[in-house]
Amino acid sequence: MTDAGIGSLTVPVAAGIPISERGPASTRTVVSFGFWLFLLSDIVIFSALFAAYAVLSKQTAGGPAGAQLFDLRHVFLETFCLLISSFTCGLCLLAVERRAATRIYAWSIVTLLLGASFVSLEVSEFADMIVHGAGPTRSAFLSAFFALVGTHGMHVTAGLCWLAIMMLQVATLGLRPMVVRRFWCFSLFWHALDLVWIGVFTIVYLGARA
Amino acid sequence: MTPGDEAPAAPKDAWPDIEEGPRPNAQSYWVGLGLAILLTIASFAVAATHGVWAPSVPVLLAVVAIAQMGVHLVFFLHVSSSPDSTNTILALAFGIFVVALVVFGTMIIMENLDAQAVSMEELMRMQR
Repeated sequence: MTDAGIGSLTVPVAAGIPISERGPASTRTVVSFGFWLFLLSDIVIFSALFAAYAVLSKQTAGGPAGAQLFDLRHVFLETFCLLISSFTCGLCLLAVERRAATRIYAWSIVTLLLGASFVSLEVSEFADMIVHGAGPTRSAFLSAFFALVGTHGMHVTAGLCWLAIMMLQVATLGLRPMVVRRFWCFSLFWHALDLVWIGVFTIVYLGARA
Repeated sequence: MTPGDEAPAAPKDAWPDIEEGPRPNAQSYWVGLGLAILLTIASFAVAATHGVWAPSVPVLLAVVAIAQMGVHLVFFLHVSSSPDSTNTILALAFGIFVVALVVFGTMIIMENLDAQAVSMEELMRMQR
């Protein structure tokens, strides 16, 4: 933490100058704001799926209800995979800031493995439910459940592909500002998915017990 | 615009780190991880054990989830009160507004329709 630019949220160059006199914002600020808008619109998609789930969660059509289907230990493991991967993604971003290529690859691979174990846990949960006759066609509740949790799982899978591509870009393009900005956007995406997962495990899994 | 943006084939580490903008911070990730783990364990403990008065569980879960979302926003997504974050916070406020409108609007309307709907048995009786 010797570099002052890493320790604080704003770069010292900008400190002291009033915001009205700094001129146009840097590409980094503009890119992260644009990506933030994308993330919020993505969260609006999830809000529609959450609304559908909230309305349909009691419509089991005589089929199994959430309390019988969900294994909280399984969900706890999934939650921790995603939370720790969010943290290692942050450490990866710190390595990007310090231009430390070895640590970027190391933390990227850890993040990739944790994300992949989250997806595989979720796929095994879905497969288990479908085998026991609780597939998305069984009831409106299960349709809403698979749509909501499945959309989140697909986002995580897309994030894993993105991270793999980012590792290739570091290897081929090097840590030019463009690649650094993409890493920044990836970390925002990954943390936002963890944010959505808080809603999923609280409303879907823990809510079924409450 | 950074001069490095236009250089397509310069070697690694050739770009000076002068771009302004939000920066990650090791300390914030550690604090965020600690708080997030505590809140996650708290929410699972509340739901799985019967240590809490049952009718209060949904409210408690909602409070813990909102707190954890706040932790993620501040420590992982770097939303802060600095002038750089003003636009981010405005967009976030609008996002929360739309999400609340969609979720609670849907729930109120569907509950109302459900309460007014004629059940299948009654419908059959009326047709007879």
